[in-house]
Amino acid sequence: MRQEVVLAMLAKEPSYGYELRARLREALGPLGDALNAGQVYVTLTRLEKAGLVTSTRAEGLPDRPDRRVYGLTPDGQQRVTRWLGEVSWPKPDLTEFHLKLIAAAAAGLADPLSIVDTQRRELLRRLRDAQRAAMAVPDGADAALLLEGIVLRLQADVRWLEACEKQWTDRRSRP
Amino acid sequence: MSDIADTSTSVLRTRGLCKRYGQGESLVRAVDDVDLDVAAGETVAVMGPSGCGKSTLLHLLGGLDRPSDGEVWLGERRIDQSGEKALARMRRTAVGFVFQAFHLMDELTAVENVELPALLARRSPRAARHRATELLEQVGLADRAGFLPAALSGGQRQRVAVARALSNDPLVVFADEPTGNLDSAATLEVLRLFESLHEAGQTLVVVTHDSRIAATADRLISMRDGAFVDETRLTGGTLRQLGSLAGFEG
Repeated sequence: MRQEVVLAMLAKEPSYGYELRARLREALGPLGDALNAGQVYVTLTRLEKAGLVTSTRAEGLPDRPDRRVYGLTPDGQQRVTRWLGEVSWPKPDLTEFHLKLIAAAAAGLADPLSIVDTQRRELLRRLRDAQRAAMAVPDGADAALLLEGIVLRLQADVRWLEACEKQWTDRRSRP
Repeated sequence: MSDIADTSTSVLRTRGLCKRYGQGESLVRAVDDVDLDVAAGETVAVMGPSGCGKSTLLHLLGGLDRPSDGEVWLGERRIDQSGEKALARMRRTAVGFVFQAFHLMDELTAVENVELPALLARRSPRAARHRATELLEQVGLADRAGFLPAALSGGQRQRVAVARALSNDPLVVFADEPTGNLDSAATLEVLRLFESLHEAGQTLVVVTHDSRIAATADRLISMRDGAFVDETRLTGGTLRQLGSLAGFEG
């Protein structure tokens, strides 16, 4: 998992290690079961070394990673903002995108719907290229099959974005 | 948004376009304050989830339905206030429609379907047939002129429907989910046809949730809850990214 995901989950407010993990687990559902606690703390330690996160020991509790309070430094905050604005999809990482929307909404840093729109623009550009290439090859050519595969994958991604859009629109209109 | 210079070249234009149904608690804003400018020769795709108002918008643009509020200009004419007769004439002569379910007359041959709008517009049978034959050639179906729709594939039927939409040299062709009933190969046929119309300078407005059509438009508008929320001009990219999608590189 990308470091930025862990970072973004802290954007809302400083949190105990165990709270952070619970937030990730909730966002990921059954996929979160595979989430290794050690992995999260290793990531947090790296982020702290890189100056993106600070941690403080909670009073009266044993000093364990899950009982420390982690928060973003200004640099960390900046990194999160940049990551939210990034468009990346060559190898679709659905989990990263999903968590990006959740973190953006939770911290109020970016509108999930505008992240979806930006992502869709990028996907449609690629779909356009693939579609043009598909229209240019003769029917029945071997390449047509590969191009169709690419088109279908991109279409599936666009459809998932539509589902994201719907969910986040509904959520926003709920009081 | 567009300035005056832009709007003077637009073939289709709306200002503050609204369509509301019901009232009070149950008020639905199917189309909510839409400003649109479509330039001559442009292909515009409107995309959005079902129920977002895109079909209603198309009906307002093509004079099939009347707005609750706002203006629709087609060429030099404002059509939202036209009388029923004038509107019917406008639909016959100034615009063409392509629908998801083709809407061909089953008992008429391909060429008879295509010439029908020209006959309704009171062109001579001879001129209408001549034009219909030309159009069938243009959509690559000259050899199917005498076939009934039932004897044609889905893609061929839709190409006949496109030819019919072009019968009276419309200012704008409107298409509502034109590939909704088509498989992948037939979709490609229709997209290629749209592409050739585009090259010939035909103005085209398509509402769809098929991202393949949307991706081939000059401009893509996303619609949500009756309003335009995003607009993209899709400029050509490179094939390098496609390579990575196909797994050419790590």
